[in-house]
Amino acid sequence: MKSPNNSGLHKFAVFTACWTLFLLVAGALVTSNDAGLAVPDWPLSYGSLMPPMVGGIFYEHGHRMVATAAGIFTIILAVWISRRETRAWMRKLGWIALAAVVAQGILGGVTVKFFLPPWVSVAHAALAQAFFCTLVAIAVFTSRWWQSELKVVPYSARPPVRDRAVWAAIAIFTQLLLGAAYRHHAFGILPHLIGAVIVPFFVLSAASNTRDRAFEAAAGLVRCGTMLKHVLYVQLALGGAALWSRMATQNAPQPMPVMIFFTVAHTAVGALTLALAVLLVLVSFRVLGPVRPGEVVATQANMAGLEGGAL
Amino acid sequence: MKARFLYAVLVVALALSVSACGNKEAAKEETAAPAVASAPIDPATAGSITGTVKLDGPPPKAQRIRMDAEPTCAKTHTTPVMSEEYVVGDKGGLGNVVVYVKDGLGNRTFPTPTDAVVLDQNGCIYKPHVIAVMVNQPVEIMNSDPTTHNVHPVPANNKEWNKSQPPNAEKIVESFAREEIAIPVKCNVHPWMKSYIAVLKHPYFKITGKDGAFEIKNLPPGDYTLVAWHGVLGPSADQKVTIGAKESKAIEFTFKP
Repeated sequence: MKSPNNSGLHKFAVFTACWTLFLLVAGALVTSNDAGLAVPDWPLSYGSLMPPMVGGIFYEHGHRMVATAAGIFTIILAVWISRRETRAWMRKLGWIALAAVVAQGILGGVTVKFFLPPWVSVAHAALAQAFFCTLVAIAVFTSRWWQSELKVVPYSARPPVRDRAVWAAIAIFTQLLLGAAYRHHAFGILPHLIGAVIVPFFVLSAASNTRDRAFEAAAGLVRCGTMLKHVLYVQLALGGAALWSRMATQNAPQPMPVMIFFTVAHTAVGALTLALAVLLVLVSFRVLGPVRPGEVVATQANMAGLEGGAL
Repeated sequence: MKARFLYAVLVVALALSVSACGNKEAAKEETAAPAVASAPIDPATAGSITGTVKLDGPPPKAQRIRMDAEPTCAKTHTTPVMSEEYVVGDKGGLGNVVVYVKDGLGNRTFPTPTDAVVLDQNGCIYKPHVIAVMVNQPVEIMNSDPTTHNVHPVPANNKEWNKSQPPNAEKIVESFAREEIAIPVKCNVHPWMKSYIAVLKHPYFKITGKDGAFEIKNLPPGDYTLVAWHGVLGPSADQKVTIGAKESKAIEFTFKP
């Protein structure tokens, strides 16, 4: 489990994950400003490395610059992990992150060359989220906390916090796909709106599971659940604001700042929501362990039984 | 493992090649079969259709275009720039409408004009807002601005393209191989810049000015269906008109905002 001298590596992984969130914001700005094809060529921009940064070119070329930096950081991270990490699966994860960022760059090029085909743009948006989550996972796995000797809380699959966390992450990822499909004109907003009604059930169910008495000793798990719940509320409010601003400015001759602000914020907080759900999954697997023979798991259900004098 | 990777590479390569072949075939199709002109119209019997396109009701409030993000564009205007989607005259005439013969010309073909129709980018606005050309007629796109534009038609039936045009660059000369009413043209550098290019198989079309008036001349006698098309309001209902020898008929199209 341990991998020595990885404090610098962990900090760099956290930095790369934060940079990737910035990259997601830059990408959302491109779409919201309708600037996806402001630079008609790829990989160069107007035949150069630095075109005039005016109008939509600022957003599109700015996104390419931030993405290039993310690619360089990921190369450094993957090489660093391969040299420092003793965990073979971690070395693989580093290379997977690198493969993802390369694929993401190619998908970005395909969107330009083929004039934003909706499903390629959706794939670009989906891979961006997956790449961000991979970096969040790398940051978690390289942390001192993850590698320390934690006191494992006995877990007997009741309440099913792990399952619920996994389902919450899958539901959020699907919802992000539906949002991207709407933004890139693959289909209308209805599926995303239906998702906005369904996904909170998965998320709140996972979050409420973390508050079970059984997990009182797993403070990290409880914190993750609480954060996920609160970020979900912010995300729902931003979703409503983004939809309102879009409808209010639909006849405007150009993308309006209010719509751009709420839509970009909704996209960024959506990525954070997914990252928190993934974090909850990882933490639930790290801090919860199998019940040893003779051990009693203090779930709310059996505590209620104890208090009611069932024994 | 290696074999799987090889298969994956082959599948991707195949998909790319199929896509590339598809594009080539489309391009071939677009350049093939030049039109052969049929018998010329007899001016002694040709008639005309005149009329007006009107907006029934007050137009939506004109939206101000904000060029603050691009000072080069903003500097070219001394007064606020308004969206040109609704250009309405004093008597309710509606401008920027393409009025065209939709049906009635049979299999008659027409020579493609060689003179180009000009679309200029001036003050970070497309001028004019709507143009109409015949199939394969050249469209000449100019950049009169001191800033970079990209010209990006988004057709449904024609080949899509996207070209950059820096200040003082050469004119872009393009044409469209299939009838389409109308192709939106965008500049993604300046997202308020929108224009439309209507592409027709024949020369019987007109774009209305602010008074909404149009006149389609030199029509051979016959039964025709006419349509008016507006960038926001779309196509009107069909109007049937019968033209006799040397006859002129008047019709009116009415759009509701």
